[in-house]
Amino acid sequence: MNARPPPAGADAAWTLIFACWVIATASTLGALFFSEIMNLPPCVLCWYQRIFMMPLVVILPLGLFPFDRGVLRYGLALTAIGGLIALYHVLLVHGVVPESLQPCRQGVSCKDQPFVVAGFVTIPLLSFAAFTLMGALLLAARRRSHR
Amino acid sequence: MNRTFVFVATAAALVVAFVVGAILYRSARLEQQGAAAGANAEVFSRAHAPTLGSPQAKVVVVEFLDPACGTCAQFYPHVKALVRDNEGRVRVVIRHIPLHPGAGDVARALEASRKQGRYWQTLEALLSSQDRWVENHVASIERAWPVLAESGLNVDQLKADMNDPEVARNLQADAADAKALNVTMTPEYFVNGRPLPSFGLEQLRALVAQAVRDAY
Repeated sequence: MNARPPPAGADAAWTLIFACWVIATASTLGALFFSEIMNLPPCVLCWYQRIFMMPLVVILPLGLFPFDRGVLRYGLALTAIGGLIALYHVLLVHGVVPESLQPCRQGVSCKDQPFVVAGFVTIPLLSFAAFTLMGALLLAARRRSHR
Repeated sequence: MNRTFVFVATAAALVVAFVVGAILYRSARLEQQGAAAGANAEVFSRAHAPTLGSPQAKVVVVEFLDPACGTCAQFYPHVKALVRDNEGRVRVVIRHIPLHPGAGDVARALEASRKQGRYWQTLEALLSSQDRWVENHVASIERAWPVLAESGLNVDQLKADMNDPEVARNLQADAADAKALNVTMTPEYFVNGRPLPSFGLEQLRALVAQAVRDAY
């Protein structure tokens, strides 16, 4: 950043997008840990969330080096859809959405949670928290880098 | 601080955390499984379970098997070869955990085939023709009937025997032992009570060879 001065707020936006990437990468590695190391088979809804989580690991750094605020558009689209799927999954696990609606077939149930910490933290809840946090960070980055 | 450095260092730290976590988790799980096996030594010598090989063999391979499991079918000839190549020294005990949807009925049929003295023929017929009665990991007893009939079983007799309380009792005992040993996947092997360090045919062969060296 010696040739052209960066737009105001770009530094803060860079840091926010970087934080978002850290969450996406940690979540991706966490998901891989559950399926590949702990051998918990991902259900259909988990796969859809993975589809919207994993591209962020690649796309966000492309907007960091060099800084390109256009990445916020792509990142927010993925985060919003992934977050909606995660929300649906959380509601399903907690019985708000009736089980008959669940699109899971073939063995692995989306409702039965094999991994529960402290009585309520399930994998879909972790996913929802990650998507929500990433969405908030990207929105904040967008506000900072405006103009 | 240099942004590229921060990024690369963070990426490396996350990957290292993953690898270290994986190693710690695997060793903890192995230890836990070994401890469960030690605490439940009697689960490896259930009288009801079908056994291949000499009853005097000192090396006992206990296999938890699902008749609808493709990997079990692929391993089966090699497991049989272990018994043949170590004649009199190695025996295999089969325990059933039908994990696939629909596989419970097939496991009951397999258990019931013992009443006609045709357990191993039935097991081999089922494993070698899984493509006929397992589709998308869902087993169908309806489609398994022809396979069972071709293997030489009296299917009417088999259907009657499947409702025998002894069949249910044996399957319940297998399920209870699988739970006690924390077996969640098939095939799972225990060689004289020791679990495989990691899954694989070579690991199974090595563990059996080691047990044979220790016992003879």
